[in-house]
Amino acid sequence: MPSFVIQEKCDGCKGGDKTACMYICPNDLMVLDPNAMKAYNQEPDQCWECFSCVKICPTQAIEVRGYADFVPLGSSIMPMMGTEDVMWTCKFRNGLIKRFKFPIRTTPEGAANAYDSLQGKDLDSELLSTEEADGYTLPKPQATV
Amino acid sequence: MALPNKPLGELKAVKDPAVEEREVDILIVGGGMAACGSAFEIKKWAADKKILLVDKAAMERSGAVAQGLSAINTYVGENSPDDYVRMVRNDLMGIVREDLIFDLGCHVDDSVHLFEEWGLPIWKKSAEGKNLDGKKGQTMGTLKSGAKPVRTGKWQIMINGESYKRVVAEAAKKALGDDNILERVFIVKLLLDANVENQIAGAVGFSVRENKVYIIKCKTMMVACGGAVNIYQPRSVGEGKGRAWYPVWNSGSTYTLCMQVGAELSMMENRFTPARFKDGYGPVGAWFLLFKAKTLNGLGENFAASEAAKKELQRYAPYGTAAITPTCLRNHLMLFEMKEGRGPIIMDTVTALAELGKTMDKKELKHLESEAWEDFLDMTCGQANLWCAQNCEPEKKNSEVMPTEPYLLGSHSGCCGLWTSGPDFDWVPDAYKIKARNGKVYNRMTTVQGLFTSGDGVGCSGHKFSSGSHAEGRMAAKQMARYARDFADFKPALKQSAQELVDIAYKPVRTFLEFCNYTTAVDINPNYLKPNGMMYRLMKATHEYGAGTATFYMTSSKCLEVVMDLLATMREDCQKLAAGDLHELMRAWEIQHRIWTVEAHLRHIQFRKETRYPGFYYQADYPGQDDTNWFCFTNSKYDFVNDKWECFKRDYIKIIP
Repeated sequence: MPSFVIQEKCDGCKGGDKTACMYICPNDLMVLDPNAMKAYNQEPDQCWECFSCVKICPTQAIEVRGYADFVPLGSSIMPMMGTEDVMWTCKFRNGLIKRFKFPIRTTPEGAANAYDSLQGKDLDSELLSTEEADGYTLPKPQATV
Repeated sequence: MALPNKPLGELKAVKDPAVEEREVDILIVGGGMAACGSAFEIKKWAADKKILLVDKAAMERSGAVAQGLSAINTYVGENSPDDYVRMVRNDLMGIVREDLIFDLGCHVDDSVHLFEEWGLPIWKKSAEGKNLDGKKGQTMGTLKSGAKPVRTGKWQIMINGESYKRVVAEAAKKALGDDNILERVFIVKLLLDANVENQIAGAVGFSVRENKVYIIKCKTMMVACGGAVNIYQPRSVGEGKGRAWYPVWNSGSTYTLCMQVGAELSMMENRFTPARFKDGYGPVGAWFLLFKAKTLNGLGENFAASEAAKKELQRYAPYGTAAITPTCLRNHLMLFEMKEGRGPIIMDTVTALAELGKTMDKKELKHLESEAWEDFLDMTCGQANLWCAQNCEPEKKNSEVMPTEPYLLGSHSGCCGLWTSGPDFDWVPDAYKIKARNGKVYNRMTTVQGLFTSGDGVGCSGHKFSSGSHAEGRMAAKQMARYARDFADFKPALKQSAQELVDIAYKPVRTFLEFCNYTTAVDINPNYLKPNGMMYRLMKATHEYGAGTATFYMTSSKCLEVVMDLLATMREDCQKLAAGDLHELMRAWEIQHRIWTVEAHLRHIQFRKETRYPGFYYQADYPGQDDTNWFCFTNSKYDFVNDKWECFKRDYIKIIP
């Protein structure tokens, strides 16, 4: 299901430092045509349909069309990303629409605790930093052959 | 007519790129779950050291978890690491490194607890035993504080994992610091030290955003770039080629980078050909485990429960007769039906949901439907769209299941990878410990000094999945910190000059620029080959001779001889790969990494004269298992001085009864 960019909606991220889809694509597929100031998928048959570009696009200019070799036309699935949830709209070929809402994270973006001040003590033990801080004892095999 | 020829990509490559040389203590190559684990852990042990992480994509969405996941497949919880070893050992037909698996089982939960603290929603059981999603489940407290997860099997727990990778990468990037991370830089070769034998000293790579080559020196390094995908002709050969089950960008770099500097590989014959929903490759785990669905053959029979199937499984006792049938043998039974003309194989979603519906009210049923869709939408969005396009509502219409093309990996239900050291405990056999030149053992170090790996890179120990890979990356990080401390005086020196390294990395660009004006069509030129063409050549060869789907995963000694010749020619022709833009340059190096990895895979299959994993591949000349001769690890080492491969056995040592 290669991603495609809707010409009218793409503004090339206004020539900012980085084009959102180009920044995020794990397979380096999304590129900006600097003359047209529009993004496009340069290698659609290497698209994993991970929806990373769809989810990150600030103008909702990117959607996906099912792989030509096995997906009938006429359906679509579109995510709407919130800060806590994602809302999916799934449109069937026969017109049926299903909507689903799933949590995506329970903390505000940027709030992940990196344990910046935690310093390990015994570099020669096998304990990880947070295990050492918790006073964890490594199990040993209950029995060995 | 387009003369002169122009590169297709937007970011044109130039003949002479800029060069940036760096020297750090610790280098992390990769940005997936394992590398994020290393990034989180490393500064806690090496605050005074210079550290650099290099990812070919953006960590926020790189690696196998880029799209998200609907479950964490390894959470030990109330179980024991001992039982974890037994489960992995049985699934992988007996030959595994029990030290590595046990060790991982001791640490994996700590990573899961961190994920939850960072904001990953994890499903919980309510006091009444009902399933609560990750948001509602917060009222039950955290796993660490004793809340009960929703188990779909003994080891798996359900999550709302759309943003799993974003959450994990956020903590990793914060812990390491943006200044210590290079994104969109692809490492293409590792470099050994000029003075100390068999010691890693650095790596060379290039930016896919600007014409720049990076030469990075280091004292110690971890390589964790995932497994290998797009190495066999996929079942979908048009646009659908991108719908690989494992991430399509995994190019075998982990194995190739390390083997080319002489690191020993182990169990590279092992592969994974998962049975998944046909074409969309949506996960089946939740359907089997959570929804209790059955697979039927084309005649509507539950073939896996038949007397014939039981008899067949007995041939592979004790693995085949264990409570949980190994993954390869489940495939084996499915293939048997297909070959006998009793396909296609159907997942009976209709009956499964109807059965569950009998004990549920309307609201619960609605929730159940939502769970079924989330399983796809969290991790295989395309499968959800395929259902929509086929007008498939799983409660009304069944879906086909099919084993995929082969994949190579060490973290999922496969175990190929590098031979690494186990931990330095008294219960770990000496044969499983790798010592550096100071006499000390470094856990997860390869046979090259200072070179570590984790996740898909560590061989003989599958079933780590996302959480285990993260934990293993953390374990390797601590060992790298130890190594950097113990060898603080070591000063890495490269054998090659900066110019020589640039010439190597940019060779495909030079080839392109030299010859591109000879013809009128940029991709058709007798002086070079584009990476896309080479990819098809590799896929065709493996498909036909290397136990691909063309032959129901069957190969033979003769077929292996043929494919070895083809691979040798491919390696020669790779000297004439051409790249006109930076994206294509990345592809040119990826295909080389893939070809080397495939060669290792097939050399191991050639060496192991038995069929250890029926359902994953068959060696026609050696059907069945031969425990007398082959109940051992098969290892290999590439000798880069003489361009020779050596395959050999290493003893399997049982540790856990």
